[in-house]
Amino acid sequence: MVPVNYYVALSAVLFSIGALGVLIRRNPLIIFMSIELMLNAANLAFVAFGRSFELQGGQPFFGGQIFVFFVIAVAAAEVAVGLALLVEIFKTKKNINIDELNSLKG
Amino acid sequence: MHLSETVSSGFFFLAPWLVFAPLTGLLINAIFGKRFSERTIGTVASLASGAAFVVSVLLAYSVSLNHGEMVRWRLAEWIHIGSLSLDWTFRIDSLSATMMLVVSGVGTLIHIYAIGYMHEDVRFKHEEGRFARFFMFLNLFIAAMMILVSGDSYMMLFVGWEGVGLCSFLLIGFWYEMDTLARPSWANSNAAKKAFITNRVGDFGFLIAGFLMFWYLGSFQFDEVFKAAPAVAESAPWVIVAITLFMLIGVAGKSAQIPLYIWLPDAMAGPTPVSALIHAATMVTAGVYLVTRSASIYTLVPQAQYIVAMVGAGTALFAATIAVGQYDIKKVLAYSTISQLGFMVAAVGMGAYVAGMFHLITHAFFKALLFLSAGSVILGLERGHHAHAHHAAHDDHGKGKKKKDDHGHAEEEHGEVFDPGDMRNMGGLRKTMPVTFWLYIIGTLALAGIFPFAGFWSKDEILLDASLHFTSIYWQLAIAAFFTAFYMGRQIWMVFFGEARSDAAKHAQESPKVMTVPLMVLAALSVLGGALNLPFEGFHNLGHWLGHTLGEVEGLPLDLKVAGISTALALLAIVISWFLYGRNPLKTGQIDPLKKPLGFVFTGMENKWFVDEGYFALIINPFKKASAFLADVIDWRFWHDFVHDTVILGTYNWLSEIALNKYADQKGIDAFANWLGTATQWISENMRKIQNGFVRSYALSVMLGVVLILGYLIFK
Repeated sequence: MVPVNYYVALSAVLFSIGALGVLIRRNPLIIFMSIELMLNAANLAFVAFGRSFELQGGQPFFGGQIFVFFVIAVAAAEVAVGLALLVEIFKTKKNINIDELNSLKG
Repeated sequence: MHLSETVSSGFFFLAPWLVFAPLTGLLINAIFGKRFSERTIGTVASLASGAAFVVSVLLAYSVSLNHGEMVRWRLAEWIHIGSLSLDWTFRIDSLSATMMLVVSGVGTLIHIYAIGYMHEDVRFKHEEGRFARFFMFLNLFIAAMMILVSGDSYMMLFVGWEGVGLCSFLLIGFWYEMDTLARPSWANSNAAKKAFITNRVGDFGFLIAGFLMFWYLGSFQFDEVFKAAPAVAESAPWVIVAITLFMLIGVAGKSAQIPLYIWLPDAMAGPTPVSALIHAATMVTAGVYLVTRSASIYTLVPQAQYIVAMVGAGTALFAATIAVGQYDIKKVLAYSTISQLGFMVAAVGMGAYVAGMFHLITHAFFKALLFLSAGSVILGLERGHHAHAHHAAHDDHGKGKKKKDDHGHAEEEHGEVFDPGDMRNMGGLRKTMPVTFWLYIIGTLALAGIFPFAGFWSKDEILLDASLHFTSIYWQLAIAAFFTAFYMGRQIWMVFFGEARSDAAKHAQESPKVMTVPLMVLAALSVLGGALNLPFEGFHNLGHWLGHTLGEVEGLPLDLKVAGISTALALLAIVISWFLYGRNPLKTGQIDPLKKPLGFVFTGMENKWFVDEGYFALIINPFKKASAFLADVIDWRFWHDFVHDTVILGTYNWLSEIALNKYADQKGIDAFANWLGTATQWISENMRKIQNGFVRSYALSVMLGVVLILGYLIFK
């Protein structure tokens, strides 16, 4: 059985890649994808730990796995809203370059 | 003191009506006067005064029933503070009853006369609405005078004293917005103010006397004061001297003696009935009454008595000389009044109280008669003037000239104003006003002291007393009597004899019955008044009557030498006056025949010896200057400019501008508030740079925050 360290390390790598993507890229679609990457890195860590700690006080425990479902649901909703926003932004600005969407500055 | 306890018979319970009867008349006229006719107003007022007379008669009768015993009728509690206890008590004795009879008797006659007089006066002055007001003031005067003569303490007397002063003021200034010739001016109200202020000087003396009295004698009540006075006169005679002399100042104010007589001639600005009632017959005798009432105090200090007598005699002579040089018919009588008041004051000063009171009574009769007759003369001329002007205006109509609505007025606007009181405008009135002429003759003979008129008996009694005790006073009074006869003779010749010196005098008309009938009553009293106290054994009626109050004195018999001298002087004076004014009657525009032989002396008489000017130079102008100095320098420049503007306002300005505004407010509070604002601004300006709108930088900061927190959690 693969030790949990590996999973965690992979998860950390994925999360870092996702975070970098969010910070570096200007295309919101890519950013969304990077966010998905970060979420899924978290999911990986969840399931990895869920698997390693199956018993909690002698009882079977599926907290990690259940949490992953929640994350997937929230991510789906987020993407749906985010893509709808993108469509609307594109309709008004004919452009979705994220560095030009700074009209909410103080 | 209750009726049932002390008095078995008599009408003493009516005493309050002395005051309340005139007050009732006043109230009725005050409330309904606007709706009443003139006749009703006059009747109400006269009845009110007449009721007071009836009460006076009943009281005098009661006093005689009571064998001259004094009765005190307590009406109300007045002041009770500590040991001071003053009540409104009526004091009814032979002295106050005599005064009541004179005041209400003469007063009632003058009320009746005034119905006729004011009827025309208000029309000549185009102010008919003032008729009721006049009678209200007259009734108020009677009430105040009654309080004065019936008071049982010096304070109650003072209430009346001030009350009559007020009425005098109101009535002198009755035509307050015009002068005596009805031209718009403040002359009359100035005369009223002069009278009031001069009287204040006297009242000040009276008040000081009252304070001294209370301090050293412990009371204001007559009997208590008289009881306490002898002991104080023993231990501290100067107290009594001070009281009597301060009281003399009050007497000089009210009774028009030197040096405070100056108000009385000006008081002639009032309507003539007022001159007769207040400024000749009654109010001005209040001072004489006061001295008589205080006889018990005055007799303790002969030196004060002597001063009183000298003041009286000096006034008598001084005023008589001024009367010689006057042209206004009322001014002559005014100075004559001052002079006669001088006789009375001299008499009471010498201790001849009965003689003083006797002269007071007869003088009230014949001086009221003279004044009212003078009023009749003035109105007669006024009528003649208007009738003539009317006539002339009618002629103008015939010639087709401009129409005039008010002939009198129209003429006054064109030519100079006609003065109906100036004796130089009169002459020959004997024929046009015969009734007034004969009445005036009676009054003149009584005043001049011709046998057997009332003035002869009363004046002679004073002269006799003076000749026995004070020779210098006797001669002053005798010479004053000579002048009296002279100026009255001059007046008679100028007014009633010779040729009419103006159209008005030519057309003068006799006065109506309502005016002449009261005059006839007064004339009868002037003829018979001497019978009150004839200088024969068994005829000293007034002496006996007043003796109940003042202590019995032996009546003096007639002294033929004194009577002879005064009669001779009077007759001589009349002859001289005939020689100067009767033999060659004055022509129109002619100067007074005395002017040439007497020269500057007559100029002095004409100008009242420049006493008014002297007062102006000595007192009034320095006073005005002092007031101007106080107002301008002290009040305005020092107090207002310096103290208020510089010191107070400056300090305040400095405090608010420099200390509070500049330092505390601007540099402290403002600076702190501004710093708060600036700091907030600076912070927000720097903070807003973070809020740049780039979503990636937000994300970076979120990440950095997470890293920081995690780092802290891991490495703590």
